[in-house]
Amino acid sequence: MQAFIIPIAAAVAIALIAALLLSLAAKFMAVPVNETQAAIRAELPGANCGACGFAGCDDYAAALAEGGDVKTNLCVPGADAVAAAIAAILGQDAEDVIEQVANVRCSGLCDVTKPEMDYQGLKTCAAAKGLFGGPGSCKYGCIGFGDCERACPYGAIQVCNGLAKVDREKCVGCGMCARTCPQHIIDIIPDVKRVYVACSSADKGAVTNKLCSAGCIGCKLCEKACKFDAVHVENNHAVIDIDKCKNCGLCAKACPKKVIKMYPKPQAKPVVKVG
Amino acid sequence: MSLSAVFYIVLSAIITNNYVLAKFLGICPFLGVSKKLDSAMGMSVAVIFVMVIATAVTWPIQTYLLDKHGMGYMQTIIFILVIAALVQMIEIFLKKYIPALHKSLGIYLPLITTNCAILGVCVLNIDNGYGFLQSMLNSFGSGVGFLLAMFLFAGVRSKIETNDYPEAFKGVASTLIAASITSLCFLGFSGMLENIFGM
Repeated sequence: MQAFIIPIAAAVAIALIAALLLSLAAKFMAVPVNETQAAIRAELPGANCGACGFAGCDDYAAALAEGGDVKTNLCVPGADAVAAAIAAILGQDAEDVIEQVANVRCSGLCDVTKPEMDYQGLKTCAAAKGLFGGPGSCKYGCIGFGDCERACPYGAIQVCNGLAKVDREKCVGCGMCARTCPQHIIDIIPDVKRVYVACSSADKGAVTNKLCSAGCIGCKLCEKACKFDAVHVENNHAVIDIDKCKNCGLCAKACPKKVIKMYPKPQAKPVVKVG
Repeated sequence: MSLSAVFYIVLSAIITNNYVLAKFLGICPFLGVSKKLDSAMGMSVAVIFVMVIATAVTWPIQTYLLDKHGMGYMQTIIFILVIAALVQMIEIFLKKYIPALHKSLGIYLPLITTNCAILGVCVLNIDNGYGFLQSMLNSFGSGVGFLLAMFLFAGVRSKIETNDYPEAFKGVASTLIAASITSLCFLGFSGMLENIFGM
């Protein structure tokens, strides 16, 4: 009888002591959880994309809950709904989120450029760039192995025919692709801007013309066409000053290479009225 | 305890009796957390920490409680109980008083709770007949050995990742093969320390 009572008693006693100590510890060493922070974190989308400028959603929630001068409209993927929810939690006025989209500054499809080498290495842009600046003849354009595609948490950017293409509907403007692209040819621009220059080549016009039939040759016709002083040729390609551009599209009309492109006007989203 | 005995215990725990590569304990975190160097380091530091503290608690329990009352066979159950409670306690303590350390070790602590390497060290300290100080040295050495194995293997894995190899070997297969080769390498150390220290 005694043979098993003592060991069981010992085990139970040790378990009880451990339980007592743990519950005491949980009571006296409890760290108060910041409720505001938890509530804000629950509202954030949890993509941890870093578009807000903090290291992930947790960090942004902590910064917001701590107060100070942190804006409530920094979450780009969450857009207005999340900004409004956060503002409500913090008791502030909601501010609109300026919706952003990614934009690829290259038009080097497979049929307008040619490869310079038969690249057989790792199929990533970062690795390919390490070998003489990439397999394509233009060293400034899209390499097309889809590092951006793999980085995108929303499936909004895809490489087709050797060029990364952004699906503006799906893109939330988090900037993961822009940070991943080894060529730095992806910009994050406000969704309302529709005119963009689809070339980043810093080669002289004549050289660009030889390497890519769709590239910007730096002729400055766009500069002359623009009435708002928004387009300038810098580094041998046209650059649009986003703040000055009025979406008029005169530069796109003037461009002889059709490298300044315009997105069609976004159709007004149908408004659904409830009740 | 002479100085050479100290070195012998620590070095043999790190190299010849490496818990992961020679005794095959703690394989789960070894394969699971070794993908990135910084998380491998965090896990290893947490393991060293818990191994030493667990030994400091379980050795007296075995010697002064279980052995004294002829309950040595209760070892496994009691050790699991005590180590689990201990790790929980440490986590609560760290969260309150050293939040920075909790932030870096916190996520690994629950993983370690009933890790077989921790339990293995505690049990083998008793089986080898080590005294308290020897046990502590052995635990510390074992933890450092775990760190060494994780560090080496994280490096090996990051090399594997960037190579082009057949589809059939991708993922777990290549990891297991790499682990077995790393383990074979450590076999080369066997007998080395016995000859150096003349034991």
